[in-house]
Amino acid sequence: MDSIFGLVGNGYVLLAADAAAARSILVFKHDEDKIRQLDDKKLMATSGVAADNLNFGEYISKNMKLYELNNDVKMSPTATANYIRGELATALRKGPYQTNILLGAVDDDNNVSLHTLDYMASMAKVSFGAQGYASNFVLSILDREWKPELSQEEGLEIIRKCIHELHTRFLISQPKFVVKVVDHQGTRTIPL
Amino acid sequence: MSYDRAITVFSPDGHLFQVEYAMEAVKRGSAVVGIRGANCVVLGVERKAVAQLQDPRTIRKIAKLDDHLTIAFAGFTADARVLIEKARIEAQSYRLTCEDAPSIEYMARFIAKTQQSYTQRGGVRPFGVSSMIAGFDSNQAPQLYLTDPGGTYSAWKANAIGGRNEKAVQEFLEKNWTAGLADTDALRLVVRALLEVVDSGAKNMEIAILRPGAAVSMIPEAELQSIITDIEREQEEAKKATQEAQSS
Repeated sequence: MDSIFGLVGNGYVLLAADAAAARSILVFKHDEDKIRQLDDKKLMATSGVAADNLNFGEYISKNMKLYELNNDVKMSPTATANYIRGELATALRKGPYQTNILLGAVDDDNNVSLHTLDYMASMAKVSFGAQGYASNFVLSILDREWKPELSQEEGLEIIRKCIHELHTRFLISQPKFVVKVVDHQGTRTIPL
Repeated sequence: MSYDRAITVFSPDGHLFQVEYAMEAVKRGSAVVGIRGANCVVLGVERKAVAQLQDPRTIRKIAKLDDHLTIAFAGFTADARVLIEKARIEAQSYRLTCEDAPSIEYMARFIAKTQQSYTQRGGVRPFGVSSMIAGFDSNQAPQLYLTDPGGTYSAWKANAIGGRNEKAVQEFLEKNWTAGLADTDALRLVVRALLEVVDSGAKNMEIAILRPGAAVSMIPEAELQSIITDIEREQEEAKKATQEAQSS
């Protein structure tokens, strides 16, 4: 029931995720952070089965760190996306991770990218994306509003419109969202 | 087929010669000195003269095991590389299962355990590596651990491994180490210890200083050279003073 979505703008990537951790009809908490920091310029939002999100997310996180220590350099955004996809693909025919991912990253030349991966190990580089039920509501808004080279304020406004749409039309109540940005300065959380 | 045949076996008088030969291999490696200060750990390594066509930047004797752990080794570089990679995987694995950083002692114990297991298994030889692991414990106290090819590990205030004359450097450290050394004093002590066995010059050594909560920092060549010149000047003046005292 996770809602995650994101978009690429002028020198940044915005990722938003709902902050509810729930099971069946019970909400455990309203401050769950589903956007994981992989390194100082990479954010990975996960949706799907909570246990798999956590296990896979931590596994990827630690393996990225190991790569960094062994090779004295951080993995590039494309390499990271492909590595994650590879792990999903290998696990698929053994014990699949039911985790969908949005990976927002900035590389050393300040090029931004957003990759969307689903639990069956598909991968695409996109300008904006969404996973879960949210995609039914939010993709049409992003289709209409997104254009290249959005300023951070314009991008945030689109995110607010998406959240408003979910609040209006989505059956599941998700009052709180966590929004994070990654740009050449690094990652930070944006208070809406 | 014959991988069950052990390579490391006891001698009649209770020696494990393969392990002792491995320690000889360590002695042939380039020197490493480690010192615990009051709030820092300083690691110094000898940089043996590189071949003309070789790129010196690719020879690294001080490696990062994890954000808070640094290792320096003496002995076979190839063996050390394998050991370091095993240790790095173990550090991340520990973080994954325990959601916490591994302690220096844990990593030293792991590396020592790995080295020991290669002395008690068929078809393998011991690692020709002694390592120095440096870091800080949960109270931010500096720690320095040593491992050897036999698989022993222990904590030290200061020690030296490898190099032309391991014993001489160890004796030097025993004479000159004091508790509560400030960062600059610890740095000078490491340089003085290395100068016992290494040719003078900043390009013949590499020094790293670890401080609690900060990343490892390598001392830049210019700063190192000025420390060396300083020390040598002091030694010259001390020698002149004793000569004058003797002649008068």
